[in-house]
Amino acid sequence: MKALLIRELRLALRSGGGAGLGLAFFLIVVILVPFGVGPDPKILAQIAPGTLWIGALLACLLSLDRLFQTDSEDGTLDILALSPLPLEMLVAVKAFAHWLTTGLPLVIAAPVLAITLSLPTETYIWLIASLALGTPALSFIGAAGAAITVGVRRGGLLLSLLVLPLYIPTLIFGAKAAALASGGGDPMPALMLVAGLSLFTVALTPFAAAAALRSHLG
Amino acid sequence: MRLSGRVLPYVSVIAVVLLAVGLIWGFFFTPDDFRQGASVKIIYVHVPLAFLAINIYFMMFVTSLIWLIRRHHVSALAAKAAAPIGAVFTLAALISGALWGSTTWGTYWQWDPTLTSFLIMFIFYIGYSALWGAVDEPDKAADLTSILCLIGSVFAVLSRYAVNFWSQGIHQGASLSLDKEENVSDVFWLPLVTVMAGVFFLFLTLLLIRTRTEIRNRRITALQAREIS
Amino acid sequence: MMPELGRYAFSVLGSWGSSIGLVLMITLISIYRAKASKAALEALEKNRKGK
Repeated sequence: MKALLIRELRLALRSGGGAGLGLAFFLIVVILVPFGVGPDPKILAQIAPGTLWIGALLACLLSLDRLFQTDSEDGTLDILALSPLPLEMLVAVKAFAHWLTTGLPLVIAAPVLAITLSLPTETYIWLIASLALGTPALSFIGAAGAAITVGVRRGGLLLSLLVLPLYIPTLIFGAKAAALASGGGDPMPALMLVAGLSLFTVALTPFAAAAALRSHLG
Repeated sequence: MRLSGRVLPYVSVIAVVLLAVGLIWGFFFTPDDFRQGASVKIIYVHVPLAFLAINIYFMMFVTSLIWLIRRHHVSALAAKAAAPIGAVFTLAALISGALWGSTTWGTYWQWDPTLTSFLIMFIFYIGYSALWGAVDEPDKAADLTSILCLIGSVFAVLSRYAVNFWSQGIHQGASLSLDKEENVSDVFWLPLVTVMAGVFFLFLTLLLIRTRTEIRNRRITALQAREIS
Repeated sequence: MMPELGRYAFSVLGSWGSSIGLVLMITLISIYRAKASKAALEALEKNRKGK
């Protein structure tokens, strides 16, 4: 299991692995927003939490279709499925690796980008907390979507169509926590809900993803 | 297949009769609401379609479960056949609702929980149908769409609460409930129930037609495969 | 006969028209596809018997 995790991380971090790409994409999306809405700091501060969350969402999505696709193409997936490791665990490890290489960098980069969007300094901690608690849900929901669409025609496009609606609850709670903090409200309830959502998806989506993979392999 | 063929004419006739009676009744012979005026007539198309749109989703959830547990082929095909109907009903409910909102709320669209949930549901119906279209092997397609439907159902409930948390609604609560206290008055209620029954039977008719088509198509592919080999 | 819709005419007729139109559309498409599949299947089965 550890070996698998290390393998996943090494593959992702290698050049062309997609981990850096997600981060760069996140950067671009967030930088584009001020061009779209204008440079007024007041407006930017207001939409900053939402912008960062949507950017994180899209960046997450970008590297998702590689999650099982490459392994399925070169046959690694079949070998992994034969190993004693249950398929559910395999999915969980892969999703966790996806989070480490995509979600975590976003969490770290978000405060830097928040400066450009003139987000009030005291809300940084809440923004980071909401992203840190919410991005695992994005990776794990995405893993289920990726498992369903692996090897399917136009899979990447279909993946976004299927997964983005499922991201809505996470996006709502996550962005709301950050927005409440910058608006002077109490972000705790929303933050707890984000955390709950993450735990929920971490616990359940590996089963759905494994069922989908079994159908592909079987 | 034989049973559905025998039932189909009755169901379709019931649907047409109920719809004709209910719609004509609702359109020509109902009074205007004292606050909403004539715009209340939109209720006769909006509520039945919206009601069915949710219940089709529920039906797909059940048939998907049946497929995953019992591997009953007709069950998977019924879910496949139901999705486009659900999408159309949802879209019609959204459009009629938007037009209704334009007169009573003064806006076509509001990011209200109910409206938002319906929009999400519409996207889900489209994604679900697209997945059916993208997978070639029928059993695999049935597996994957069923899994998607189950995940989608869980997240539909989550979204529902999430959206409530996110925005205060202006959409009124259920206008129909079993305890009569909260109901709209009888003059609106009777034609409305007639249309609802009509739309339900219409859905049944469409479902039967479409499922039969799916079964036939599957048979065609089977025959063609045999021809080649 | 025609009820007085007044200023609600557009929204009432629009929602009725679009809803009925959409439902009619899916009905017609379903029936058309049912006919097509039936014809295709019958042709195929006749072919098999002919052989």
